[in-house]
Amino acid sequence: MYKHTLSVLVDNQPGVLARVAGLFSRRAFNIHSLAVGPTEHPEISRITVVVDVEGLPLEQVTKQLNKLVHVLKIVELEPERSVHRELLLVKVRCDVRQRSEVLQLVELFRAHVVDVSPDSLIIEAVGTPAKLEAFMTALSPHELREIVQSGTVAIGRGGRSITERALDRSGPESAGTE
Amino acid sequence: MAKAQQDQAATPPAAAKAKPPASVKVSPTEMTGAQALIRSLELSGATDIFGIPGGVLLPAHDALFDSTILRHILVRHEQGAGHAASGYAHVTGRPGVCMATSGPGATNLVTAITDANMDSIPIVCVTGQVVAESIGTDAFQEADIVGITQPITKHNEIVTDPAQIGRAVQEAFHIATTGRPGPVLIDVTKSALVAKTTFFWPQPFELRGYHPVVKPHSKSIQEAAKLLATARRPVLYVGGGVIRSGAWDGLRKLVDASGAAVVTTLMARGAVPDSHPQNLGMPGMHGTVPAVTALQKADLIVALGTRFDDRVTGKLESFAPHATIVHADIDPAEIGKNRIVDVPIVGDLKDIFAEFVPALAEEHRKHGKPDLEAWWRQLDHWRETYPLGYTPTEDGHLSPQHVIQRIGEITGPEAIYAAGVGQHQMWASQFIRLERPRSFLTSGGLGTMGYGLPAGMGAKVGAPDRTVWVIDGDGCFQMTGQEMVTCALNEIPIKVAIINNSSLGMVRQWQTLFYNERYSNTDLHTGHDTRRIPDFVKLAEAMGCVGLRCDKETDVDATIKKANEINDQPVVVEFTVSRDAMVWPMVAAGVSNDEVQYARGIAPVFDRED
Repeated sequence: MYKHTLSVLVDNQPGVLARVAGLFSRRAFNIHSLAVGPTEHPEISRITVVVDVEGLPLEQVTKQLNKLVHVLKIVELEPERSVHRELLLVKVRCDVRQRSEVLQLVELFRAHVVDVSPDSLIIEAVGTPAKLEAFMTALSPHELREIVQSGTVAIGRGGRSITERALDRSGPESAGTE
Repeated sequence: MAKAQQDQAATPPAAAKAKPPASVKVSPTEMTGAQALIRSLELSGATDIFGIPGGVLLPAHDALFDSTILRHILVRHEQGAGHAASGYAHVTGRPGVCMATSGPGATNLVTAITDANMDSIPIVCVTGQVVAESIGTDAFQEADIVGITQPITKHNEIVTDPAQIGRAVQEAFHIATTGRPGPVLIDVTKSALVAKTTFFWPQPFELRGYHPVVKPHSKSIQEAAKLLATARRPVLYVGGGVIRSGAWDGLRKLVDASGAAVVTTLMARGAVPDSHPQNLGMPGMHGTVPAVTALQKADLIVALGTRFDDRVTGKLESFAPHATIVHADIDPAEIGKNRIVDVPIVGDLKDIFAEFVPALAEEHRKHGKPDLEAWWRQLDHWRETYPLGYTPTEDGHLSPQHVIQRIGEITGPEAIYAAGVGQHQMWASQFIRLERPRSFLTSGGLGTMGYGLPAGMGAKVGAPDRTVWVIDGDGCFQMTGQEMVTCALNEIPIKVAIINNSSLGMVRQWQTLFYNERYSNTDLHTGHDTRRIPDFVKLAEAMGCVGLRCDKETDVDATIKKANEINDQPVVVEFTVSRDAMVWPMVAAGVSNDEVQYARGIAPVFDRED
């Protein structure tokens, strides 16, 4: 199923994330990943949500989200016209003998080691979901003791700012409305 | 206040009550949060509030004690307050207001809020909340009502700062009444109610994420007009949005100009008079055969303020298979939600009709009026062959359809009719001739048993000069009947007809049809040859109302007339009817509308020449 990445600009107020997440579950839309954080405007937060839906339901998702009073703007970020990244932290069991082998993979994937102990390494990797998946596959011969991964964050290519446009007038021209 | 509420059937309503003070200004004044709340409600145009006080809401009711503008009606259960606010909003077109304390008070509102949300009714609910520092500690009577009501409100908000109360109230009224109307809840902490603040009015507010589309696109309207001018089997599928928008005059013009067939959904009953020759009645599960079939055979459906609900469409895949769809609604999310739409129009129906009618005239001028004669011949044939009707009962007991029909005929179209949910609701919609918008209240989307009585109470408060008849069931009455106490004490003289078939009739009907007559848990023991618990007449009298009983057909008219003559007290009339009467026509759940049954085992035969 095709995944769609939506950037949802919302009022930076308590409870807004719950409203957005709740809407997905009660309308039976699948969230693949979700990331939320501040923007360059203190009063606006940005939620990046990756959904597993086809065309028509995606329009429903967008329209229903647009009805939330604290949702200012929704933009779908097409993969070819935007940059998508996830952060992965993985704790690998490896003693001194295995270390160089793991470090080679770290270098190959342009990842970093952020913690070393006699029998483990913590690796930080940033990349597209596909790259991180490949990295994990490469690491899989080793014992992966703990994995933690962020949701996707994404930003459109080029000079335009969606936040600026949202502040102009976060009107009904947002994606998906008539 | 109650003295003036003399009830007269068939007289036009008095002028609406106090209008919202549009531009009243209040310069900064020191007061408590509770006083700010009450002032804000007054300044937002509220005149009546339905509610119950309680622990954390005490400061608000204390401030309310001084108000000369707000009439607070002390209900007996918060659900009643919510439905009353809905009924009030429905008949006045102004938002209804209800108030409940924290915890159980607030959670008791949940059904009524959900109901208003499903039927797009503008109500403002104010709930009390525990003091701010106790939130999250499972304090006494604490409930996260903002969390609980998030999925069932148009918007909600918790207010912990007294300085924010005015803004929150102003926003609540704005959001509830604009765009697609709906319920808004404000949860105010006790700490905010008791704290001092500087109040002023109006309050500036900015809703950056809230811009309902009102102005429709002219291009889509022109396209729709062209389709309507050239269709050979057009149907206007009219929903409750026409009533919410107050757009019935514009609709009437479109109906008359187009010559198209019209169907009015349960929520739109009365939007076009039943006496209008183009009105085929209600579509859907228990709709008329002509209405159901007209949609199935249409080549064009113009859906107006409606949402292709499953109770109307039946099995979606086979609904109106030949029809091009024009869908006009104020909520863009309704467009294409259930049925793919060919011409979408997003906007307020008032604005839509204002452009649609001239656009249609222009198309007629260009192409001439369409020849709908063959269509009407077909429709009239269905109307003659399959009129609404019922057979006499076999057990000699009253026929419920006859009782409901006579209430409508004797009382007339100037009255307001509120119905609960179930068989009696469908019969009310089928057999009461409705000639006015806002004269029929019922729970459509949620199907809330017990809605009718408190909604009728709210309607009577909003339109005190109208006769209000509640068509209720014996099941429904036992859910919200305690509000008759409220009616008696507050001099709200509504009339309630309990269509007593001694059972949960609609469920029983399904048991008869689909569960081999296994009547599991649908017998209420209130009718003929039962223990008659409760005795509705005694119950009515115990609640300070007049109680009447009618179980003979020869007494029906006299009993209704007697009830209509009592205008200084609420009246409860128990009509003990046959429990075997069933609602027909019927499209069984999940089945295609082509399979509509006119009566049990009788399916209309349609020629297939289309």
